[in-house]
Amino acid sequence: MKRKLEISELIFKIFSYLFLTIFALLCLYPFLYAVSASISGRHVVEYQELILFPKDIQFEAFSFMFGNNQFWNAYSNTLFLTIFGTVWSLVISIMGGYALSKKRLLFRKAFNFFLVFTMWFSAGIVPQYLNYLATKTVFNSIGIMDDKWLVVIAMGMAAMNIILLRNAFENVPSEIEEAAIVDGSTEMQVLTKVFIPMSKSTIATVALFFAISRWNGYFWARQMISNANEQPLQVFIRNQLEQYTDLEQLGGWTANYAPDSVIFALIVCSIIPILIIYPFIQKYFAKGTNAGGVKE
Amino acid sequence: MTAKASDFLIYDEASGVYRENPEQAVRDDVEKHYWRHVLQMVVKDWRLYLMLVPMILVFLFWRYMPMYELLGSFKVDDVVKPVADQYFKGFSNFKGLLVGSGTFATLSTDFWRAMRNTFLLSFYGLLFGFPMPIILALFFNEIKSDIVRSGMQVFTYLPKFMSTVVMTSLVIMLIRQGSSATGAPPGIISQALAALGLISQETAQNGLLNNPNYFRAIYQISGIWETAGYDSIVFFAAIIAISPTSYEAAQIDGANKWAQMRYVVLPSILSTIVIMLITRIGSMLSIGYEKVLLLNEERVAIYQTSEVISTFSWRIKTTQNQSGLASAAEMMNNVVGMLLVIGANTIARKASNVSLY
Repeated sequence: MKRKLEISELIFKIFSYLFLTIFALLCLYPFLYAVSASISGRHVVEYQELILFPKDIQFEAFSFMFGNNQFWNAYSNTLFLTIFGTVWSLVISIMGGYALSKKRLLFRKAFNFFLVFTMWFSAGIVPQYLNYLATKTVFNSIGIMDDKWLVVIAMGMAAMNIILLRNAFENVPSEIEEAAIVDGSTEMQVLTKVFIPMSKSTIATVALFFAISRWNGYFWARQMISNANEQPLQVFIRNQLEQYTDLEQLGGWTANYAPDSVIFALIVCSIIPILIIYPFIQKYFAKGTNAGGVKE
Repeated sequence: MTAKASDFLIYDEASGVYRENPEQAVRDDVEKHYWRHVLQMVVKDWRLYLMLVPMILVFLFWRYMPMYELLGSFKVDDVVKPVADQYFKGFSNFKGLLVGSGTFATLSTDFWRAMRNTFLLSFYGLLFGFPMPIILALFFNEIKSDIVRSGMQVFTYLPKFMSTVVMTSLVIMLIRQGSSATGAPPGIISQALAALGLISQETAQNGLLNNPNYFRAIYQISGIWETAGYDSIVFFAAIIAISPTSYEAAQIDGANKWAQMRYVVLPSILSTIVIMLITRIGSMLSIGYEKVLLLNEERVAIYQTSEVISTFSWRIKTTQNQSGLASAAEMMNNVVGMLLVIGANTIARKASNVSLY
């Protein structure tokens, strides 16, 4: 039955479309602006004549960036941190979440509390800093001189992600597990052949959360990685931002693109990988956040 | 009879769970040799317990050990010695920050300022940031075309996945100050705001981020930009779960859009709203230090509105190397934060039978 929209419903509908269109465009605008500003001419960017579409198009800001070895260095460091960091966090979380999902695990409540307490109470930034500093000394003394490994190993675990995995594993029907055990599977086979394939979407979501937080990691990498050549992309962007906004005041800039364009070019380069995987991972978001309704 | 570990729990076929063995002899034996049974169970199931070990170690070393470092807040600041060897000093760090007499005078003023800023940033976040995702979800529900709606949703989620560095860089660039030397105007957003008459030309020219009066607004608006779309997912899921028959019934009763909102939609998503609100209150005092530091670094002029407890203690640590004082400040913040979490969780459990953790 098709009924006529009431006037109040019509107003609300029109307003919804209007509001959401504007909001969505506003969300997108800074990114579009960044793309335009990275390829616009110097005068246009410096004198803020750019509104949305690029003018006096140049690609030298990008080629300047691509010609910079430090940029590629930072990029490869970020890739290193993202790949190894995600694998490390994910493997530990899957094993932990799997064990916690088993009813036969002794002291299960205590282990859960051990995990959940870190969500209630965190020591804070300064104690955490002292802790990482001490870890760094230990790592260096056993011969791990590359601080990237410190970032990979010591940082980026999240209790929430383990709980998401635990809940997913709890939802796997126990009959299937029994069948596997009857067929002679070991614990490890049960996990890899039954539980992991059956919780694929949650694992994908959690892997995504880990990967994004690793890709975006900034503060602790900046504090803990002493060698400037080992710093990730986010630290590089921030350093460039600080460097180039000062440069403009000095007036020592002779290129035909604005210093700002270099920063915008960097920003564009740093978000491209996320934009590429974004359409594929997008469908998992809703699942991930809904599963966040945690139970105990 | 000596019971084996496997006798302790038996598998109940009917309900599919493990139960304690009801046989009295077994139970007595378990009670008598409790730890031996535990050991037997662990040995029998060692693979499972081994899987827990890496997780436990990671959390122990890098989540619980920092809590041990918090003990430094009770000790005299000595930059050379580790916490364990420092001289125990009692509550003087706390007292200094709270009361502030003598050498602590400025520190205490700054501490209370940071407390106030932490609270206000959270409170405004609750006031302006919290309703936004709900409003978005209500509007998304009006768009019946799946393609149009998910297209819009994709755009609004996007900022959530950008790094804090990228977000703050964009904010800094888009509201940057103008240059009096070259005559360059301020950033594009500042220009737009000035054109709309929301801020004066002069304020825009001097840079919004250099003006303490605007920090809170910048923080909240960039926060909404960052998270409102993504946070609306939960509310949207609650709204689309409402059965269409509820709307039909209301329409037959002659309910207009506002009445439908009031009597159909709102009651259905109320529990989600309450849970999210309580979560939000629980995490009220944990303002992300990364964003604040990235926005106010090198801008001492705006510390009066932007410095929160975590950045305050970071400043104490990095400029004066007073780890004990810095830890004391964070300790107070985090204990209050934890009480809020536990309180919020208790209320949630009482109110809706849902425990968040």
